[in-house]
Amino acid sequence: MQLLYDFFTGQAGMDLAGAHIAVASLMAVLMFTVMALCAIIFTWMERKVAGFMQSRYGPMYTGRWHGWAQAVADMLKILGKEDIIPGEADKGMFQFAPILVLLGSLLAWAAIPWAPDFVAADFDLGLFYIFAVSSLVVIGILMAGWSSNNKWALYGAARGAAQMVSYEIPLALAAIPVVMRTGSLNPQDIIIAQQGGIWNWNINPIMNPFLFIAFFMYFIASIAETNRGPFDMPETESELVAGYHTEYTGMRFAFFFLSEYANLFLVSMIATMLFLGGWWAPFPGMAWIPPALNFIIKGVLLVFLNMWVRWTLPRVRVDQLMFLCWKVMIPLSLLCVVGAGLWMMAWGQLK
Amino acid sequence: MIRDLVFVLLALLTVVPAVWVVFSKHIVHAGFALLFTLMGVAGLYAFLGADFLAVTQVMVYVGGVLVLILFTVMMTHVPAQGRRRHGLDRYVPPAVFAAAVFGVLYKVITAVDWRVSEGAAREAMARPTTAEIGTQLMTSYIFPFEYVSLVLLAAMVGAAILIRERSHAGAAEDENQEARP
Repeated sequence: MQLLYDFFTGQAGMDLAGAHIAVASLMAVLMFTVMALCAIIFTWMERKVAGFMQSRYGPMYTGRWHGWAQAVADMLKILGKEDIIPGEADKGMFQFAPILVLLGSLLAWAAIPWAPDFVAADFDLGLFYIFAVSSLVVIGILMAGWSSNNKWALYGAARGAAQMVSYEIPLALAAIPVVMRTGSLNPQDIIIAQQGGIWNWNINPIMNPFLFIAFFMYFIASIAETNRGPFDMPETESELVAGYHTEYTGMRFAFFFLSEYANLFLVSMIATMLFLGGWWAPFPGMAWIPPALNFIIKGVLLVFLNMWVRWTLPRVRVDQLMFLCWKVMIPLSLLCVVGAGLWMMAWGQLK
Repeated sequence: MIRDLVFVLLALLTVVPAVWVVFSKHIVHAGFALLFTLMGVAGLYAFLGADFLAVTQVMVYVGGVLVLILFTVMMTHVPAQGRRRHGLDRYVPPAVFAAAVFGVLYKVITAVDWRVSEGAAREAMARPTTAEIGTQLMTSYIFPFEYVSLVLLAAMVGAAILIRERSHAGAAEDENQEARP
């Protein structure tokens, strides 16, 4: 980041305010490109993973090698589709909802610490900010469901919003023990505190067993937060057609699709940052690996775990979902916060 | 120059949708317009250097309160145009309430001395607020902090009891109806 600023203030001859604007625009474009790339790669990965989980091959023809170009072809097909707005839909809101959903994802991506000196928006409230702007996605989903003027879409939106609002609580509570250990909400500080190999990562159960539990709480809540199986009630294709994006086609549907995969990678990257040491290499001898590569590999592994869970477990019912959230996960995560605090006091790990 | 432009844009983002919220005939549109007002207020906080307050505004109002409002509004039946009453009783109580709120705000705004030296303002803008808010809450303001948590706990218990009693009563009623021949 410093290099970028130096470039703009030095060679391009801008003042500091201009450099800020230039760097911010550049990062926004870059993040959006990475998001789109992620969606394409993860679509292919999901189809392959689903195939292997179900003892078949998945896409095999397009692009010769294991159907690698299938996702690209799908994307081109989606972009070429007609943009349909239902006659009875609330036109303005129908058009605005996909933008809002994508905006929520993109804003959250700004605070992702990719490498020691590479984060689009480096500020003290990073973690809190990510959780806060993610709530824009909920509003976008409600808007999409309501403005479609379609009962399946409305059901899907109501389910999605209820689920995301509920699971935001254990999600945020699971992050609190990590914040307590670090004494900061800044993503970079959280990662720097985990320096020194795999046994210094927050997930290490010997260092603090409550942080180990918190990781699993976070992982389960993050699956529900991204509306993926076994918590994919908002999109249940067997009962709700496609949930809140039933009426969307072409580019607008692509926005929802993009946002879904962007959020999937986002929650995986936050889990990496909070519990798996961020951009630190797992062992001291592996310091030659670039930090960003470390970060991305860990994130992709968590995405793979997410897909594994999705294609292995059957869907839960709505009442089971709410039971799990309010009566199991929230009390457990509160216990985690108290337990982690007591553990840190007992062993003198408090900052 | 840029600063003034940003302020005007944020103020417009706050005020224009707020007017829409009040005058929109469509209650769901009013609910969604509230989103822009709340984001505009968060932007104003961030503009004033209160980063923690800005993010909290988004977290609490957009992520929590607005979702609840939208849920209730979306479930209500949108009344047809003809059935709206335009009696005096619809206008007088809100007008009195609005005047009272305006009076209090006017009093507060004029009573406070807002002038700050340029240097102090610059220094305050650059300082991150999170750590200081945390320290203040845990030292000087520990009593109000704990008191608020007690009030919230009472509200939560109250909500749980309200739901539980109703569902028990409903279940009993159903059983009675089933027992009848």
